[in-house]
Amino acid sequence: MPRKTYVAAIQEALAEEMRRDPSVFLIGEDVRIGVFPSTRGLHAEFGDKRVIDTPISELAVAGAGIGAAITGLRPIVDLMFGTFLYLAFDQIANQAGAMRYMYGGQTKAPLVFMVQNGAGSSAGHHHSQAVHQFFMNMPQIKVVLPSSPYDGKGLLKSAIRDDNPVLFLHSLSLGGKRSDVPTEEYLIPIGAADIKRAGKDVTICAAGPTVYTALAAAQALASAGVDAEVIDLRSLSPWDKGAVLESVAKTGRFVAVDESFPTCSAASEWAATVAEEAFHQLKAPVQRVTNKDVPMPFSPVLEKAALPSADDVVAAARRTLA
Amino acid sequence: MHHQGIPADVVIDIYTRVLRIRRFEEEVGRLFRQGQLPGFVHLYIGEEAVAAGVCAALTDEDTIVSTHRGHGHVIAKGGDFKRMMAELFGKASGYCKGKGGSMHIADFDIGMLGAIGIVGGGMPIAVGAGLSAWYRNSDRVSVCFFGDGAANEGSFHESLNLASTLTLPVIFVCENNQYGEFTPARHAMNISDIADRAAGYGIPGLVADGVDALEIYRVARAAVERARAGGGPTLIEAKTHRRGSHAEGEEAFLGGQTYRDEAELAAAQAKDPLLLLHTYVSEKEILPADKLEALDGEITASVQKAVAAARESPEPEIDSLYEDLWV
Repeated sequence: MPRKTYVAAIQEALAEEMRRDPSVFLIGEDVRIGVFPSTRGLHAEFGDKRVIDTPISELAVAGAGIGAAITGLRPIVDLMFGTFLYLAFDQIANQAGAMRYMYGGQTKAPLVFMVQNGAGSSAGHHHSQAVHQFFMNMPQIKVVLPSSPYDGKGLLKSAIRDDNPVLFLHSLSLGGKRSDVPTEEYLIPIGAADIKRAGKDVTICAAGPTVYTALAAAQALASAGVDAEVIDLRSLSPWDKGAVLESVAKTGRFVAVDESFPTCSAASEWAATVAEEAFHQLKAPVQRVTNKDVPMPFSPVLEKAALPSADDVVAAARRTLA
Repeated sequence: MHHQGIPADVVIDIYTRVLRIRRFEEEVGRLFRQGQLPGFVHLYIGEEAVAAGVCAALTDEDTIVSTHRGHGHVIAKGGDFKRMMAELFGKASGYCKGKGGSMHIADFDIGMLGAIGIVGGGMPIAVGAGLSAWYRNSDRVSVCFFGDGAANEGSFHESLNLASTLTLPVIFVCENNQYGEFTPARHAMNISDIADRAAGYGIPGLVADGVDALEIYRVARAAVERARAGGGPTLIEAKTHRRGSHAEGEEAFLGGQTYRDEAELAAAQAKDPLLLLHTYVSEKEILPADKLEALDGEITASVQKAVAAARESPEPEIDSLYEDLWV
């Protein structure tokens, strides 16, 4: 099986879906040049109509995607950075997710918003925030945050085929990461977690780049005789509650690792759910490991310190074992 | 007012649309004052010529996107009184099964892509509908109704610029009713004509008399032809007047304050698009008096039937709370 980078896997997913379905097109900021190289080369194959460069107008481009989706097309709206979605909030929060419901099921909005999520490139606060937690809080927006090239490709293809608005979050910090990506077609269902490491002592739940933080922590814990189970949620809305609860039933301990600011983070939701639904199976209080509660700093040293680290996760796991 | 170049049947059609909107809205106002309608209601009375004139220039395949003051747009596009009225009552037989209400009525079967409650929120969506037409090489056009208030939103700038740079078939119809909620438009912008802003996007910007439905029709038809021929977007500013409140029952939240000069209000009320068109149609004998009267009676009766049907319609089942979610 060929090993491919995350960027190459995303590019393959886009090209395959555009070949398969003429109603799929890509629209956004510098998608022809492909600043994030996952869209690079698509214009040469698909032309002006299907790879559309726009002005830097996040609100209008997001809304244009919605307008195209409710009139029968399947746009992929690339707005570069997750933080740029703040400029498009009205269209996503008020329109995209709600329209089908608000109009009594008369329409559907099959579109994908694609942005880079989170920190890791020392780009400062405006280009380094993870934004997934905001969209988890919005009814009827699906949110996916894959951690590997394999998952990225399979989830993006599912997102494009989904009849609902999906926020597809990729991670610059994973851009060069390689994994096996099969040549034959495959899809990964939205909403299904992946157990990255089986274990019996403590459940560590993560998504996106924090999966690697969790795995590093699990390795450190293993050398101290603690057998951690690591769950990669892959999808954040809907999220695989069943997989988490099943794991906690086995381990009785829960650590949520999430690259969000702490208050109302994704970790808050996971931890609350475990506390609510698996209280009697818990042997210790649930733990959250998130960003520190500060804006994202520029300095590589400070940025690293602001993010959840493997040491933070080990410490949290130890608290559940104390 | 004149109808040169407009066939008599089209004049009658436009008149019918204006009258349908007026009679519907009058009844909605009555129902609201009687406390029979939940939520907020923003009436289109005084602005009927705009929706009627524009929609008469469209086919059923063309699409429109509307605003919080959207009843007139739905009716002008061919919307059904019964399903509209039931939606205003929040009933199960409403257009949106009671989940949308006054500010969120849509009828996708007639190209009415929805009323949007956020000022300026519909503009990008209308651009997307235009994009869709362009993408498919169809000759469909997309119309975006919005108010003078929306012209000060960022979405106005982004949407006009995007539609212009991609040469999309979108017609931006600004209903300048002189008030954004309770603030006069003259306090919210330092220009007299919003149409002037079109120059900043390299598209035509036209001012039209929003009280004169026939003028609106002529201007809209030219913009539609231009868009169908691949000429791109047009901004039409229809100068119109809000004859009444921003929202019905606004006295309750204004706490005794007033915001409109009596003389200005009287002047606005004197410019009645229905009266103007009725007088014209009568004087030119486009429709004889008895037919005009019969038409009015017919429309009034169908509004009453819609009210009766809405009252009889069941409330939504609580289980429907969980319907129309993810496909």
